[in-house]
Amino acid sequence: MTGPFRTEIGGRIDRTRRIDFRFDGRLYSGHPGDNLASALLSHGVHLLGRSFKYHRPRGVLGAGSEEPNALVRVGSYESRATPNLRATQVEIHDLLVAESQNRYPSLSFDVGAINDVLSPLFPAGFYYKTFMWPAWGWRRLYEPIIRRMAGLGRAPTAPDADIYAQRYVHCDVLVVGAGPAGLAAARAAAQGGARVLLCDEQSEFGGSLLSEPDTTEAGRNRLAWRAATLATLAASDNVTLLTRSTAFGVFADNFVALVERVTDHLANPEPALPRERLWQVRARQVVLATGAIERPMVFAGNDRPGVMLAGAARTYLHRYGVRTGRRIVLATSADSAYGVAMDLHRAGLTIAAIADVRNEASGPLAAAARAAGLPLRTSTHIAATHGRLRIRGATLARNGTGAREKVACDLLLMSGGYTPTVHLYSQARGTLRFDESLGAFLPGGDTGILQVAGACRGIFATDVAIADGAEAGTVAAARTDPGGAPQPVRTISVPDSGALLAREAPCDRRAFVDFQNDVTTKDLRLAVREGFVSVEHVKRYTTAGMATDQGKTSNINALALVANERRMDMAAVGLTTFRMPYTPVTFGTLAGAARGNLFDPIRQTPIHAWAEDRGAVFEDVGMWKRARYFPAARETMAQAVARECRAVRTGAGLFDASTLGKIEVVGPDAAIFLERMYVNNFRKLAVGRARYGLMLGEDGFVLDDGVIGRLAPDRFHVTTTTGGAPRVLAMMEDYLQTEWPDLRVWLTSTTEEWAVVSIQGPRARDIIAPFVIGIDLAPQAFPHMAVAEGTILGVNLRIFRVSFTGECGFEINVPADYGSDVWHAIMQQGTVFGLTPYGTEAMHVLRAEKGYIIVGQESDGTATPDDLGLGWAIGRGKSDFVGKRSLARAAMRDPSRKQLVGLLTSNGETVLQEGAQIVTAANGNASIGHVTSAYFSTTLGRSMALAMISGGKARMGEKLLAPMLDRTHEVTVAPAMFYDPKGERLYG
Amino acid sequence: MLLIPCPYCGPRPELEFTYAGEANISRPAEPESLSDEQWAAYLYQRTNPRGMHAERWRHVHGCGRYFNASRDTLSDQFQFSWKPGESPP
Repeated sequence: MTGPFRTEIGGRIDRTRRIDFRFDGRLYSGHPGDNLASALLSHGVHLLGRSFKYHRPRGVLGAGSEEPNALVRVGSYESRATPNLRATQVEIHDLLVAESQNRYPSLSFDVGAINDVLSPLFPAGFYYKTFMWPAWGWRRLYEPIIRRMAGLGRAPTAPDADIYAQRYVHCDVLVVGAGPAGLAAARAAAQGGARVLLCDEQSEFGGSLLSEPDTTEAGRNRLAWRAATLATLAASDNVTLLTRSTAFGVFADNFVALVERVTDHLANPEPALPRERLWQVRARQVVLATGAIERPMVFAGNDRPGVMLAGAARTYLHRYGVRTGRRIVLATSADSAYGVAMDLHRAGLTIAAIADVRNEASGPLAAAARAAGLPLRTSTHIAATHGRLRIRGATLARNGTGAREKVACDLLLMSGGYTPTVHLYSQARGTLRFDESLGAFLPGGDTGILQVAGACRGIFATDVAIADGAEAGTVAAARTDPGGAPQPVRTISVPDSGALLAREAPCDRRAFVDFQNDVTTKDLRLAVREGFVSVEHVKRYTTAGMATDQGKTSNINALALVANERRMDMAAVGLTTFRMPYTPVTFGTLAGAARGNLFDPIRQTPIHAWAEDRGAVFEDVGMWKRARYFPAARETMAQAVARECRAVRTGAGLFDASTLGKIEVVGPDAAIFLERMYVNNFRKLAVGRARYGLMLGEDGFVLDDGVIGRLAPDRFHVTTTTGGAPRVLAMMEDYLQTEWPDLRVWLTSTTEEWAVVSIQGPRARDIIAPFVIGIDLAPQAFPHMAVAEGTILGVNLRIFRVSFTGECGFEINVPADYGSDVWHAIMQQGTVFGLTPYGTEAMHVLRAEKGYIIVGQESDGTATPDDLGLGWAIGRGKSDFVGKRSLARAAMRDPSRKQLVGLLTSNGETVLQEGAQIVTAANGNASIGHVTSAYFSTTLGRSMALAMISGGKARMGEKLLAPMLDRTHEVTVAPAMFYDPKGERLYG
Repeated sequence: MLLIPCPYCGPRPELEFTYAGEANISRPAEPESLSDEQWAAYLYQRTNPRGMHAERWRHVHGCGRYFNASRDTLSDQFQFSWKPGESPP
């Protein structure tokens, strides 16, 4: 059944088809082309929501993205529900389920409305002033209650079931907004040969052309012009048309973000389609034709259901064929309202009164209204409105005299003039100027790459806007071809308009300025009275303009009130900052495919699949997945780690070290280069030998470490920490390219070229020796810190004799594609020797037993080599290396610096917490250091810890305290070397 | 997202670059000859201007090279860029 408020003919809806949908459980019908608001209004339903703070009944205010009141939750499944959608933008379809928000138990009877009665208790900033006592009250009592009472929709509880797409595009000219100016701009730009992208947030192109009467002032048929222009655009190969696509952010250099709503308007979308698509557009030229938004009037009770913007009522009439009421009062301070009044009058609605706050209403539109006999009253404002869930009447009052008149109505339309939609222009850092005659901020001009056209710069007349848009399009296209003909220029200037800004509004706790955040004139006055001067501060204190609509209907009114209160010009008061997004954007759109496993890239080693089969537990190290331990049946982590450690100490363990960063440093000056980058001596390093390398920042603090092997006089194999590889390579490149470009050195990242299989333990040599061809692994021939090239199982091999465990060990580098095969072969060979795979956790314990540091665990960016006990690594007699000069500063040699030591708890079962602070018995309040690593060591049969302690090296044997949550533990300072201090096992 | 003019590759989106601090700060040839104050100035003191700023960028996800650029810190607009060792245009 067609709604009783539907007109007999007209509008953009398809009356031959009916759509059934549900709102708050009730079945309603509408037509294709309807949105939720127009369909409900066609049934006379105005009450669509409850307000944020006072739970006041609210109806539809606008007809587009500016809507502050009619927010709904759409979707019957949690996994596909979206809260806070504007009913004016939700297209209806069969199966649509929508419900109102912020009400209990129902929209028409909401217990939260008690807040409205209590509203004198909740002025601006009330939460800063009240609820101060008792001290615990805010967090446990008041905030939970306030959060429940105040608010918008409920966030969905299930993960989002939809998919979202993202794409990048380049174009010559992006036109934002497809009203008269935007369509004309797109057509002109396309005719100028530019690649054009035209987008509009609505379901069809046309903007105000769809809302206004058939014929323009110049006699142009709006819809016919629209159809002809669209046909031209659609036939052009160089034009891309995007409806339902909101440009929500403009960033530097014409980078514009659009969100395209792909499926929300469909009852049964194809499953493969994304719900929304993010377009990231880089445009050489942008034309903003974003139109203008009507301002409400500010008076007591201006928020009742049935109070609407005048232009919105006209949109519902012409575009949707809906009469928004039967008997109408208009409140205006702008001429445009008279045009609306005449339209509604012609459509058979009763104009009960027109209250114009201005002293005179001149101009052709007002004259036409007078001639038609509409009851026009100048110098008249609305003193009050009546009704609860729907307006029943309004009290009109003569300015100054106090004469009052009560007029019955079921619709009150407001027109406070139009505010150009300069959000995107402002985001693009365009400067705004205040135009007194329009009562609005206008774009100051074009930026060379971005222009503004039509109502967005104060040109409201359709015919002029079309001409203005065409000029903008021509100029934009010409600018993308700088070698072309003489550059055209814009000729149309902004005309005067007769709007009066409502600067003197009544101070009333029910005269709403920001509808969505329930901010009234009283709140704004209070803020100014309490000393808030800057509009940015007033905004934050009162929250005016901070709701999800970003003050589209409220900003200018709020500024006018502040200007009036402070007796200042609007221009001097200034404007608050516009930020993206223009309208709310779903997290799904911004995330796109980057969800779950795709949230961040995952790096896996060639041995990953084997480890997975073996039941490894993985941990994240940077982007890498590393096997942490390999639990056997029913083993705990502690048991598995203990078993893996025992295997390495008594037999052999196999460790996947492929994640180590690797850089190939090649060239005649490679040794000189490394000598400058690292603290160590490299010129004297023999071919076939490797050295522990320590890298500092220029500030003298340890940045990275690794083993560096010399394969040839001009070739080094450099390893870095797992997480540090990109940082180290970038730093090397920086010095090489910019400080020492004379050095003949080339750097290549080889991290993923090599798989690294590390075998550690007294039986390591026995296991791998049969496989290694061309290299004598005997201890004398291939001692600790030797490196050689050969083959293993028929593939190229670089083998290092190095150890991060304190045992005899080898790091076998093979091309990554063969890593898995080599690992398998060694595992098989090693079975008889008890070869055991071990993970990063056992690796940590084993290296801590030896006091080997991990950069970033023991060090924190403020540790020198000496602090970490690595002063021995610094090459003697070196005149310079990165960081050397800083080490000579007095503070770097202060004996009270934190230094690496070992800690042993009195009770060997106690494992300290990493990060635990260390204090002395004499002063239990002042931390003198902290625990950096702590483990239970199976080898030692007790716990151990490494710590950075102030003056630690001089404290050997000293008893200190480690306060932890359960109790304070006594610890004894020990050397940071718990196992095989002479290194007999290492060199064996 | 800024459009950054790489002098080797042309304009590319900001995502491809890393920032590398103020330009024209050379590492002293003989750090040992500097006083602590001079060395600290080299390490830590930067001009941080309001307006045009000569700075270094690296086209890390492109040609990999470091270059110099002049950018207005107020408007974020790049004026021009030039290769290391060259003079600004």
